[in-house]
Amino acid sequence: MDATGFDAWALTLAVFLPAVGALVMMAVPRARELELKMIALGASLATLAVGVYLLFAFDYGNAGTLQFGVHKGWIDAINADYILGLDGLSLPLLILSMVIIPLCVIYSWEHIPEPGNAKAFLILMLILASGMNGTFVAQDLILFFVFFEVVLLPMYFMIGVWGGENRRYASLKFFLFTLFGSALMIVSFVALYFVATNDAGAALNTFNMSELAAAAGGDLARGTQAIIFAGLFMGFGIKVPMFPFHTWLPDAHTEAPTVGSVILAAILLKLGTYGFVRIALPFLPEGAAAWAPWIGLLAVIGIIYGALGCLAQTDMKRLIAFSSVAHMGFVMLGIATLTPIGINAAVFGMVAHGIITGMLFFLAGSVKERYHTLEISRLGGLLKSAPRMGWILAISAMASLGLPGLAGFWGEFPAILSAYDPGAGLSEATFRTYMVIAAVGTVFAAGYLLWLFQRSAFGEPKPEWEGHVIADVNRYEWAAWTPLIIAMVLFGWVPGLIFGVVDDVSTGIACSIGTAVVGDCPWTG
Amino acid sequence: MNLGSMLAFVRPDLDWHALAPELTLLAVGTLVTVADIALDDKAKRMMPTLTGIGLLVTLVPILTLAVDGAERPMFGGAYVVDDFSLVLKALFILVGYVVVLMSVDYVREGDYYENEYYTLLLTSLLGMVMMASSRDLVSVFVALELLSIPAYMLAAWRKGGPRSNEAGLKYYLMGVFASAVMLYGMSLVFGVAGDTDFGTIAAALTGEGASPIVIVAILFVLIGFAFKVSAVPFHTWAPDTYEGAPTPVTAFLSVASKAAGFVALLGLVFVAFEGAADVVQPFFWVLAAVTMTVGNLIALRQTNIVRMLAYSGVAQGGFMLAPFAVAFEDDAWQVPGTDITTTPYFAIVVYAVIYAFMNLGAFSVVLAVSRRTRSGDISSYGGLFSYAPGMAVLMTLFLAALAGIPPASGFFAKFVVFWALAGAGTPAGWVLAVIVAVNAVIAFGYYARVLQQMWFEPVPEMVALGVDSGGDDELDLAEAADATANQDEHGDAWLATETRQATMVRFTPGRIPMTGALAAALAITALATLAFGVLPGLVSHFGDVATFHFGG
Repeated sequence: MDATGFDAWALTLAVFLPAVGALVMMAVPRARELELKMIALGASLATLAVGVYLLFAFDYGNAGTLQFGVHKGWIDAINADYILGLDGLSLPLLILSMVIIPLCVIYSWEHIPEPGNAKAFLILMLILASGMNGTFVAQDLILFFVFFEVVLLPMYFMIGVWGGENRRYASLKFFLFTLFGSALMIVSFVALYFVATNDAGAALNTFNMSELAAAAGGDLARGTQAIIFAGLFMGFGIKVPMFPFHTWLPDAHTEAPTVGSVILAAILLKLGTYGFVRIALPFLPEGAAAWAPWIGLLAVIGIIYGALGCLAQTDMKRLIAFSSVAHMGFVMLGIATLTPIGINAAVFGMVAHGIITGMLFFLAGSVKERYHTLEISRLGGLLKSAPRMGWILAISAMASLGLPGLAGFWGEFPAILSAYDPGAGLSEATFRTYMVIAAVGTVFAAGYLLWLFQRSAFGEPKPEWEGHVIADVNRYEWAAWTPLIIAMVLFGWVPGLIFGVVDDVSTGIACSIGTAVVGDCPWTG
Repeated sequence: MNLGSMLAFVRPDLDWHALAPELTLLAVGTLVTVADIALDDKAKRMMPTLTGIGLLVTLVPILTLAVDGAERPMFGGAYVVDDFSLVLKALFILVGYVVVLMSVDYVREGDYYENEYYTLLLTSLLGMVMMASSRDLVSVFVALELLSIPAYMLAAWRKGGPRSNEAGLKYYLMGVFASAVMLYGMSLVFGVAGDTDFGTIAAALTGEGASPIVIVAILFVLIGFAFKVSAVPFHTWAPDTYEGAPTPVTAFLSVASKAAGFVALLGLVFVAFEGAADVVQPFFWVLAAVTMTVGNLIALRQTNIVRMLAYSGVAQGGFMLAPFAVAFEDDAWQVPGTDITTTPYFAIVVYAVIYAFMNLGAFSVVLAVSRRTRSGDISSYGGLFSYAPGMAVLMTLFLAALAGIPPASGFFAKFVVFWALAGAGTPAGWVLAVIVAVNAVIAFGYYARVLQQMWFEPVPEMVALGVDSGGDDELDLAEAADATANQDEHGDAWLATETRQATMVRFTPGRIPMTGALAAALAITALATLAFGVLPGLVSHFGDVATFHFGG
């Protein structure tokens, strides 16, 4: 799988270009703000250029196999290697991360949140980018772990330094929750190294993710798999976040600066769901089958709970944060069905949620900047005072509630559909119940999003804003938002753009689980 | 070596090459003393330089021995120079070098005795270097005393301050008590085994089984070292000593002295007590679990950064002790299909090396920052990022390393501990691995307090004078009261925590006055912390070298 020529360097560049940009910025004095911003934008756009190259050079006929592979020795003593690779599962998420970062840089161009210091803010953003890109292409568990953790400190500082009133509490909560999950996750990784076997029962002793996926649990007993899966579940489930580990999310989102919320919602949450699809499911099929009903249960609880939480919010940003809990519930429901449709829906849901919720957080930031409040009851008449922004909010809210024709639909609908016929011998009755509950959840979603839109955009502007100029979308906002709006519509009409890329991988994963658990794979054509 | 041969003394063959590092250290120490006597005050300024160069010169024979690679036993196997010992000797010398860099300005500005300080430091280092080669109860004990006694004096170096005196006295009393317990245990071991040589003890214990006398003997010896490495519940001296001692000495104690204790434990546990797994393993299981948990919980409550680092050091010691709990799960260490060894001592050596640099780095930042703030309160770190961003970033690096967050080096240290525990494949190992994981999370709680201060909080208007950074600490209580009354008059004057009653003074942020030596210490530790994190192969190579040969 090892690539040659530029291809062998492409992924390494994708991962480390932002970090190099951050290093360069460290050498530039804080006062030269424009240069600093140019470097940050340049580094993130250069990374995106690599992404565009990857999009064109990717062999879509072989989306199920790892491409642009790099395999070099790294830590011999523990048999961990520097392995990168890109397949149909990584590609959409990597591109999403590469697109979001330059948009965030552009959005921050004129408004670095209080207390300022563009240099540190942008450096942290670039370090985040390196960590996120690395997580999506790492094909060695230890390398994955390192990248997975690299994002923690920058986000911690982003929330803690540039956040709102309650930022200290929120940042620490975010950090401790995630760290707790990853501590158990690394124990599970080490356990996988020592106990994972091939079918013949010989120990694998490897951190190489494709080898572990190929072994599909080997002859490991169901109980052992379930225990190791539990550690992974804690690591990824907290990051997603799944009910009942979601409590860090509303706090972190509410307190984070706009760009921090966007990155958190658009990409960081996906590290968790990506971990489930990339690591937990294929490595431990029996464990996944044992846990799937519970994951499904927590997912639908998350859907309903998130929706009810939304209805109880008076703050726009907090409402969007709770809607993330609900949306990630759909993603997790799709994953829990252990079917190709479910996993496809989950990956689509990740990308769609990244685009849409990212957009909503951008909007919340801009609303806050104009009104200095996010109290929904004090907003109103946005369509009159800033019509363009009002309409963008309309599109984003419609996309978020899953209106057909916009991106959100393709994350939710197939996920619900997939629960009708779960794979790997899971109980149909259970999952059909989940299906019904999730479907009810979409009604709630329509409820809270329309409610939000109606209260903030319809009617006359509130009297207290009389005399205030509520500026409409400015050019930095246009530059940052246009790509997201286009993506919302594009993926809504042509969902095959993502399904087509992911399908090979998700069928492969679902099949290997089906084969391992019930000895049957009904999905291969 | 039995008693008969000891009585009929014949001068043993000396391998001068093998002893060259020790002899060089001895020569440098002598040179420093002689220079002081001969040149009197004129020599004062060159003391640190002389000591530093001497330490670097000592690395030369260590390197030539490492290139040579032969195992060189001496004195009937009581003193062995092999790869394991060379790796650790080099570590001790490097740590000593960084401590000298940290001390230069501290000692000079504080107007302390310079020559004696460096001589004692060198002597203590000599003890550590000898410890790395000791393979016999007697040589272990001699090395231990040689490294401890100068350390007692160093802890009390600020002799005008009661806190420093308390530090020295507490350390001395506890240390002597530990030595006594250990010596009693050693005598029992000798009684059972009839010899002091590790190999012979191992053979004797294997035949003996876990008789009460063996259990008592082993436990007493191990408890003695538990004091040295400040394992809970034998840690009570550490926080007071660390806080009262001059900060560079604290760094030295918390890193080098602790590492020396672990080196001795490695030899004792893996070679001498090999036959007593059912005594040693449960003992270390409980010791490690209690040490990391209690250390962490108390660290959460600290408001002084040095005390916080002291308790964090206790907790880190617990992580380092954990691999001992699975020391003898022999069959688990053969990893089929690879040539790698996953042994607990690999984990301990790697942890010790990584810990040394990240902890020294944290102490270097504390030293540097206190040159500006004159305070040791965690709250005095408020707004550091706004007026000294470089220092804040460095501290963040070291604290992230201590907390085990990649890509700083500490994550690899924690990882190898998981690795060793999981590799054993026993339920006890798995449970301890989970305890380590949970503790790693708790630990972030107190490291985060410093991060929060540095990054999130505004610069404080007033700081509590406290931890020392050299300078005038000879004020007594009356003067302290005076100082409180006339803050402005005293201006820059400040107190060590002597009075326990914090004296608040106005604080103006500004550039941190750096010196070349301190900057060098920061650069070395930061580079090592980053390099070991990004390319852990660098440090694991040394762990490997140490493992293969010592394991035997």
